[in-house]
Amino acid sequence: MSSAEFLYQGIIRAIELIFSLNPYILSITGVSIKVSGTATLLATVTAIPLAFALAFLQFRGKQALITLINTGMGLPPVFVGLFIFVMLVPAGPFGFLNMIFTPKAMIIAQYILVTPIITGISLAAIKAVPKPIVETVYTLGGSGKDAVIATLLEAKFGIITAVLAGLGRALAEVGAILIVGGNIAYTGSVGGIGEGLSYTRTLTTAITSETSKGDISTSIALGIILIFLNLSVNLLATFFQGRD
Amino acid sequence: MQELFRIENLCMAFGEKEVLRNINLTIRRGEIFALIGPSGAGKTTLLRILNFFEKPTRGNLKFNGLANEGEINNIRRRMSLLFQTPAIFKASVFDNVAYGLRVRGIDKKKIENKVTSALNLVGLEGKEMQKARTLSGGEAQRMAFARAIVYDPEVLFLDEPTTNLDPANVAKIEELIKRIRNERGTTIVIATHNIPQVKRIADRVGILLNGELIEVNSKEGIFTAPKDERSAAFLKGEMIY
Repeated sequence: MSSAEFLYQGIIRAIELIFSLNPYILSITGVSIKVSGTATLLATVTAIPLAFALAFLQFRGKQALITLINTGMGLPPVFVGLFIFVMLVPAGPFGFLNMIFTPKAMIIAQYILVTPIITGISLAAIKAVPKPIVETVYTLGGSGKDAVIATLLEAKFGIITAVLAGLGRALAEVGAILIVGGNIAYTGSVGGIGEGLSYTRTLTTAITSETSKGDISTSIALGIILIFLNLSVNLLATFFQGRD
Repeated sequence: MQELFRIENLCMAFGEKEVLRNINLTIRRGEIFALIGPSGAGKTTLLRILNFFEKPTRGNLKFNGLANEGEINNIRRRMSLLFQTPAIFKASVFDNVAYGLRVRGIDKKKIENKVTSALNLVGLEGKEMQKARTLSGGEAQRMAFARAIVYDPEVLFLDEPTTNLDPANVAKIEELIKRIRNERGTTIVIATHNIPQVKRIADRVGILLNGELIEVNSKEGIFTAPKDERSAAFLKGEMIY
């Protein structure tokens, strides 16, 4: 079989897997969305207030914090994974939490990766709001709180884009969650495909394991879903950028 | 006329650069006071200080007997400042004009009435739902004027309000300035280098030059018999640095 035929057969099989709503594929997709969605949600709750604090407040160490966030935007995921792993293994300082190789550990790892991205992009969006807008709030009798709300409304599409960029990064991430999640699926055949249902296996980590096993059609099916999810996120981001 | 602002020995510096030196000035309630001078003379900085937007480096500023201490926001809520180029919120014309009323917690019905009346006053009736950023330059400035006066401030500061406008809009803004002073008794402080405009609308004039207030007098006094040589030179149109 030529490589083109091999790929063609893989795509056909992948489409069958997707449209037959294969439980293994669905469970992996579910874990991916749950882990990345929760991590992005938690990161958003942290990052947006942090971006506003950095934009509006003067405090000691602010520049150092901005530098740290900018560095964090390009953090190597495997390093974050390794760090969380060392913290959460039974012999580590937080081993008593019994979180290693659980979705919670994966959420922590992705939270660390995504928070700087959402903070950095949100901060840029907030800083892009013209200074006279804030001054106008004050001249019209608004308070500091009103100035923050007005800035949020002005920068809302930029902030939404920041959150979507964070979600896209989380969905596509593999190194950190592979280390701290362990790529675990329950044993036993479900629907004749794969090993069963996912516990900590996500679309990205499953692609690595299925490919290494030679199950290319399952890998392609997972890849199509991953691309579809990322494309949807990016389409949304483009939509909001266009609205701005 | 009752004294509204009193400024004594006021100085303002940004770092090493002193932009206002030893300013002494009284502004009276209900007057149209024009601050004139070349670009960079310190007019905008003085307006911002009067609006309690900047704190002077030295000296005293009293508004209605209140010093520049304590509840600045409460004092500032009795004033309004219109910039040369208005900052427009990403919202409708109605929401822009309603802003000052909303932050004061005014009820919805009253807001509707006041915004409608302010938009009628500036000739923007029927544009309530239009996106404010799609207005022309003249319309945007008139909308900003409506936004600045909708909550009946005691003082309206205008920073070069007609610089970028066509003659029709200049005339409209000048008419509005005179009208709100005459009908509402609003005190107007306008910073400008448009001398014909000052002649048309001001009651009293102060000339700022390189951060110094070199002369304050009635409009007639300033234009017919300036006391300071530099004032005379500036009013004749000679550039002074």
